[in-house]
Amino acid sequence: MPVETTKSNKVQDVVNAAIDRHGATRDELIPILNQVNQALGYLPAEALNEISQRLKEPRSSLLGVASFYHMLSTKPRGRHVIQFCESAPCHVVGGREVWEALQEELTLAPDETSPDGKWTLITTSCLGICGVGPVIIIDEDVYGNLTADKVPDILARYS
Amino acid sequence: MKTFRSMVLVSSDPISMKRGAQDVFDRLQAEIKAYGLDEEVSLAMIGDVGRHDALPLVIVYPEAAVYGPVNAEDIHLLVDEHLYKGRIAVDLQASNRELSGKIAWLNTRKGTLPAEQRIVLRRAGIIDPTNIEDYILHDGYTALGKALTESTPIQVIDEIKKSGLRGRGGAGFPTGTKWGFVAKEKSVKKYVICNADESEPGTFKDRLILEGDPHSIIEALALAAYAVGADEGYVYIRGEYTLAQERLKLAILQAKEMGFLGQNIFGTAFNFDLHVHSGAGAYICGEETALLESIEGKRGQPRTRPPFPTTHGLFGKPTLVNNVETLANVPPILLNGATWYRSFGTPSSPGTKVYTILGNVNVTGLIEVPMGITLREVIAIYAKGMKGGENFKMAQTGGSSGSIIPASLQDTPMDFDSFGKAGVALGSGALLICNEDTCVVDLAKVLLNFFRTESCGKCFPCRIGTQRAWEMLDAIASGRATLKTLDQLMDLSVNLYNLSNCGLGQTAGTPIKDILTYFRAEVEAHIRLGVCPAGVCNTKEAVH
Repeated sequence: MPVETTKSNKVQDVVNAAIDRHGATRDELIPILNQVNQALGYLPAEALNEISQRLKEPRSSLLGVASFYHMLSTKPRGRHVIQFCESAPCHVVGGREVWEALQEELTLAPDETSPDGKWTLITTSCLGICGVGPVIIIDEDVYGNLTADKVPDILARYS
Repeated sequence: MKTFRSMVLVSSDPISMKRGAQDVFDRLQAEIKAYGLDEEVSLAMIGDVGRHDALPLVIVYPEAAVYGPVNAEDIHLLVDEHLYKGRIAVDLQASNRELSGKIAWLNTRKGTLPAEQRIVLRRAGIIDPTNIEDYILHDGYTALGKALTESTPIQVIDEIKKSGLRGRGGAGFPTGTKWGFVAKEKSVKKYVICNADESEPGTFKDRLILEGDPHSIIEALALAAYAVGADEGYVYIRGEYTLAQERLKLAILQAKEMGFLGQNIFGTAFNFDLHVHSGAGAYICGEETALLESIEGKRGQPRTRPPFPTTHGLFGKPTLVNNVETLANVPPILLNGATWYRSFGTPSSPGTKVYTILGNVNVTGLIEVPMGITLREVIAIYAKGMKGGENFKMAQTGGSSGSIIPASLQDTPMDFDSFGKAGVALGSGALLICNEDTCVVDLAKVLLNFFRTESCGKCFPCRIGTQRAWEMLDAIASGRATLKTLDQLMDLSVNLYNLSNCGLGQTAGTPIKDILTYFRAEVEAHIRLGVCPAGVCNTKEAVH
């Protein structure tokens, strides 16, 4: 099937680019996975297979690493990823209300992707921008000093 | 808490009390009232301020004017001059000569900002972080040049030891001693690593250093490498800090071009190469052995210690791991000397500390002040008081592995030893300041939720213990617990401390211990009365 071929080629290209840049050694595994994850949005099984063969490292060990770190995902994610900081500094200055507002708008459990593939909601530990808490990050955009009533307007900016 | 124009503090250590500090306090109270200033000026007794040559002391903020020794007869003049007319009462000021080893008082800065003492952040926000020449103009790479051409590695380590610098990542281990451990290992290959996996909730000091002054970390690592005999280094930066990574990578390129990295640095036999390694989102990688595993391309699970990284570290070689803020102190110490450094802070914890101020206060942000400042001072001066005039209930220090500090400890000097004696921890420098609308059970639940999420799962006391502790706190918050739950929770906190493999599990029980020690009545109210006194928890049904 032509679509499948295109996809595989893309995965292959991305993996090749990452390995060419960082080198085919075990200690470069995390930079390689980071780059592939950024390019594809997640780490598909065929990407892990390919990296496993090139690095001569078992797939189980790669999956162990890929599933350990929060910034790597082995599942496809929505078009937009919302990271909600659930650490204490955001929590005490109104994070709870923001969470409830997000729930009202999206009704997604943590780590869940909406059926239409638009949103993925992730709860995360501190993002290091606590001076302006509560904080959410949508894709690359940071929203600080957030209140519950701002949530619907912010979500409406994404299509 | 209200916002005051000035804050007056009177020392109340045993010597001050013997010399009439109580009279001084009473006279101050009366005079302030007589001048009708009691709405504008707050007055408080503080504990031992670490300076004993001019007791009793009266300290007036925001000018940070130190008067001493003060007796009751001086008070009229002090209040009239300083608080009423607004000028420093020069005749009453304590001498400024014997500062070494004591709290070095903040220099008064003309203007409205409270004074800070900046050592590690002295260039941040002043120089262009993408321009190496700007860094060099501000004393950059001078300490490295001086050390390489004038000092032996042992002399460098001795100077760091003499300075009394202690690790700023949270544990407070003496830096010079750690350097000595790595230096004495006989190995042709050694590594130096900067731990920039800053993930403690509420902490972003390292990010500001890396973003604002990246060359200072390169210079510090080169100095550390020279001292311990390493020729290769890594900076492990958490994956979320993309700007810090870009700035540092650029800085490394510039330093290589100028010959501060690479072969024969400053024309000596010293070679040093530096890499940036990005994390991928894991709190535990801030634990130094987990960090090493992560650089080696593995899951970030802490190793069993001993052996320690100082003997068997990265790729099995002797390795020095230091926090960003710790390293940023190194070039100024070597440039200005240990004696200069000891003129800041307290005798047991010299130097400054960078704090991030967060929570229910008027001004949040980051400050660098001498070690030994108190929470009361931080809240009143730098945070400009509690938001909406609310009361201060507690502060949570050092991110999740810090302590919950009740209001009764707000006059304890914030240094490693004073906090240690009080049974609390300074942690990484985050100060999450909470008002009375914060429920201690809810706060502890959030903290334990963090630990159960971030536990790496390698050792079962932590993997299961953090989960179980969160469940028990959830039961208390939702009205399903009994008083027996509290005993079980306390036991669990002790077991977490005793049985966990690394710092994450060992400190995970701290919030539990703290709320049961300082806020037991509030916790019990959830169980005995089915009521959350702060009005946060829904004790009638299961939540979250």
